[in-house]
Amino acid sequence: MIVSPPLARGVRPAPLALGFVALALAGLAGIALGPARLPVGEVLTALVDRFPAVTADHSLTSRQLDILWQLRLPRVALGACVGATLSVCGAAYQGVFRNPLVDPYLLGVAAGAGLGATLAFAAGGAALVPLAAFVGASGAVVLTYAIGNRLGDRANTSLILAGVAVASFLTAAQTFVQQRSSDDLRVVYSWILGRLGGGWNDVRLVLPYIAISAIVILLHRRLLDVLAVGDSEAQSLGVPVRRVRLLVVIAATLGTAAAVAVSGLIGFVGIIVPHTVRLLAGPSNRSTLPLSILFGAAFMVAADLAARTLLAPAELPIGVVTAFFGAPFFLSLLRRKG
Amino acid sequence: MRKLLSALLLAMVACGGSQATATSTTVVTTAAPATTEASGFPVTVETAIGPLTIAERPEAIVSLAPVATEMLAAVGALEQVIAVDDQSNYPTNVPVTDLSGFNPNIEAIASYQPDLVVISNDIDNMVASLQSLDIPVLLLPAAVTMDDVYTEIELLGIVTGHASEAEDLTEQMANEIESLVSDIEPPAEPVTYYHEIDPLLFSVTSTTFIGSIYSLFGMENIADAADPDGLGYPQLSAEHIIESDPDFIFLADTGFALQTPETVAARPGWAGMTAVTSGRVIPLDDDVASRWGPRVVDFVRAVAEAVALQPVG
Repeated sequence: MIVSPPLARGVRPAPLALGFVALALAGLAGIALGPARLPVGEVLTALVDRFPAVTADHSLTSRQLDILWQLRLPRVALGACVGATLSVCGAAYQGVFRNPLVDPYLLGVAAGAGLGATLAFAAGGAALVPLAAFVGASGAVVLTYAIGNRLGDRANTSLILAGVAVASFLTAAQTFVQQRSSDDLRVVYSWILGRLGGGWNDVRLVLPYIAISAIVILLHRRLLDVLAVGDSEAQSLGVPVRRVRLLVVIAATLGTAAAVAVSGLIGFVGIIVPHTVRLLAGPSNRSTLPLSILFGAAFMVAADLAARTLLAPAELPIGVVTAFFGAPFFLSLLRRKG
Repeated sequence: MRKLLSALLLAMVACGGSQATATSTTVVTTAAPATTEASGFPVTVETAIGPLTIAERPEAIVSLAPVATEMLAAVGALEQVIAVDDQSNYPTNVPVTDLSGFNPNIEAIASYQPDLVVISNDIDNMVASLQSLDIPVLLLPAAVTMDDVYTEIELLGIVTGHASEAEDLTEQMANEIESLVSDIEPPAEPVTYYHEIDPLLFSVTSTTFIGSIYSLFGMENIADAADPDGLGYPQLSAEHIIESDPDFIFLADTGFALQTPETVAARPGWAGMTAVTSGRVIPLDDDVASRWGPRVVDFVRAVAEAVALQPVG
């Protein structure tokens, strides 16, 4: 395999710095603000207190500390993980299929995860939902890949078409199961709209998968740039096109499935974040992929903050927030740049 | 377990306008107008959707709502019931079929040749469809107050020929609830509670029927703050629940969602809550805590027992 050049050659420092600043600001706001009115100063002091070898006096009660350490912090961490993963996987799919409209749910991930989760709810195993969603999501992509590869050589179009067909089929199956067990309708619906409430357990659960996924995708960022010139041209330049595509699709599927398993189907992130990054820093995959991780994490943390606080103490599904605020923001960016 | 759907129905009624509920609360039972026959039929009653005339005592009743099935059984009309929907699970000796009150198949319903169909929600214009087949339909919408419950039971008693049993039942229910409530000392400090209808932290406010039961005991609902528009069924944030630290947590998601005091204690950040550390996480029967039928008394009793066993403060 061709080894990628170091990160710095793809990413310009200004967007990179902006990404880190955005993530840091979103993270701090996500920790400091929330439906429980913890005094912001005390929260920041408590955070500082957590650093090794630093002691800072804060006046938070043990209940407030529970809210901080067991609800807010893991939620920010999970939001960052999920946002980064959906964004980088979306960018990877767009690169590998050379299609700007592709999102991480393209190859049936969403439909497969939805069916898996619905089956788990219907069977009375709410605890099995993450696993079932993960299995459903990966299974759907395996199915898409098997059918798409059989359909034709030019895996590009046939794979996308196979994904559409598999997704329709699985969605129909999900609707059928849902109708048969009307009890679970709202729970399934809520799950589909997405939420980040699982605490540190969820973070621990997804971290290995999304780390592997992100590393594999990042290692292929230069090859994806070569792939952008077209399959046969890339082939003639010595790029093992099929193998690269397969590896990147597997990695992106693994990451997306893991993210979906803990957060439900949070839409739009996988499209708007990579495109925003491209508008900011140019179309090269070498800069789009790493920047998508930073901006995706920042965007999701900010969106979750909105989901938690806009109607506080009631809560909004985060999928509503990402689409409702993400879409106009993205359109205004398009207009300004266009 | 139809709790979620019942809750949804309640929500629909709550936001679907006061019109439907107002009608149901003021149901005038103009029973047996011009007849002095022993049977009491024909009978005309005023229902939520207008007058309903039943010519003869119905002998082929189809119930498409679990709460209606429970009411029919409680007034002694079960032997006239030939089919109940797939969600009806109480009492256990009811003729359960594949019929659905949520995805109603009019042809399948009509094939039972019912002389009365009882529903709790007019999904897919079921009422009009059945009426066009000359099948009488009784709509019992989600109750908002205990009076709605009594009215619906008495209505069902009249149209099935069990008016006196129904009256006895509602009187007995009212007496039991009154004695359960009066046995509990009113708390000196307001007692707060959180009623959970699913693990995604959907709750009910005190404006709902479920909430009104807790209000009988003077309890304060921590979900009220999250529902300024009065829709009744907000999804709370975990932070709000933990910060509010209610004295009681009532779980109405013990059925298919399998929640228990142990699973609640294991949730991130919940272990230190007063209700958790002092054993005041109370598992309820999902169905009992969501159907506005005769078993409301059991719901009231469960709340009363919890409050009595675990005095606050």
